[in-house]
Amino acid sequence: MPQTNTRSIRPAYKEAWLCFILVAVVGIAKAQSGSFEGPKSTGNVQKSEQPSEQSTEKAIAQYRQMLQEANPADLYVTKGEALWNSARGPNRQSLASCDLGLGPGIVKGAWAQMPRYFEDTQRVQDLESRILFCMQEIQGFNSIDLAAQDFNTPERLNISLLAVYVASESEGVPFNVPMSLPQEKEMYKIGKKLFFLRAGTHDFSCSTCHSQTGRRIRLQDLPNLTTHEGAGGAYGSWPAYRISTGSIWTMQQRLSDCFRQQRFPKPIFASPATIALSVYMGFNANGSIASAPGLKR
Amino acid sequence: MSDPMRIRLQSQAGVTTVKVLMSHEMESGQRKGDDGKIVPLWNIQDVSATLNGKVVMTAEWGGGISKNPFLQFAVKGTKTGDKISLTWRDNRGDSRTDEVIVS
Repeated sequence: MPQTNTRSIRPAYKEAWLCFILVAVVGIAKAQSGSFEGPKSTGNVQKSEQPSEQSTEKAIAQYRQMLQEANPADLYVTKGEALWNSARGPNRQSLASCDLGLGPGIVKGAWAQMPRYFEDTQRVQDLESRILFCMQEIQGFNSIDLAAQDFNTPERLNISLLAVYVASESEGVPFNVPMSLPQEKEMYKIGKKLFFLRAGTHDFSCSTCHSQTGRRIRLQDLPNLTTHEGAGGAYGSWPAYRISTGSIWTMQQRLSDCFRQQRFPKPIFASPATIALSVYMGFNANGSIASAPGLKR
Repeated sequence: MSDPMRIRLQSQAGVTTVKVLMSHEMESGQRKGDDGKIVPLWNIQDVSATLNGKVVMTAEWGGGISKNPFLQFAVKGTKTGDKISLTWRDNRGDSRTDEVIVS
């Protein structure tokens, strides 16, 4: 008797298990489709079901393009232009007579040929250091005081605004950083040396992150600054609007933060070391199109 | 004082796509400043768009909208010469209106 009983019960158990498995499978499938359709998928579950690396990059590119249509940097370019033409500083002068390398007052295309050697200062200068020089010479600001300030102080933010305006006036112009004078060649050599210099507590160099193609950190592509394309795309898109900070960052600020990430001492604003690195990147970018102001995370 | 909006239009077959970039800090009222104190709420609360004076779109915004917000919408039945106007008003009572002509 007990045997027949178990026989009659057993198939029922089996069916119940089958049903449960089916329900479970449907449940997982539903959960998966839900997480893909949802606008804010957390992405930390079902990792093996995620699209391949290639389509991830495609999705990032699409996201970037959507942002590019609404680059808030445009708002800052307008502010920077107004600032350039307004009489400011102890001398109550505008920067309209500032010589950015193509002659006094010529802004269009000037940034695409910077950094360069300037006769009047006998120094190779990048965009920010040249603006700083003009602010001192024409407007009467104290450039040493300004360079010692933090990036977020009012007058330093003004330098970023001026820089993004000047850079935007070179949008679409191919880079042509001059390299004919011995001073420029020396700065390139120093810049290259600094780029590959391993130092600090983490034994880092710029090249640790920026000398390989196709690498990224989290979702950010790491440009290979030793190549023409890499330097053109990266150097050519700063100054840029950073969404994470909601502000304009110039190349000087980008470099300063790279130094911080390498655990290097903080570089002095517009110092020869930072300019040398810009010469290295700028010359490597020669021939590619200036795209600043960019839009960054 | 508020800065001008940047408005771009794309018209096709009587439908105009309006893309607006507004210059505003949009403080959520939740953030703490360097001094550890809460940065007071300061954001755009009302947005409205008109086509030749007739309201075609209104929006109520809150603390979830980003700094320097971007807005895109489409207006039907537009023709060359129409005037599209946008207005925002923030919680401090500040407001800004900018106009563009459909070309």
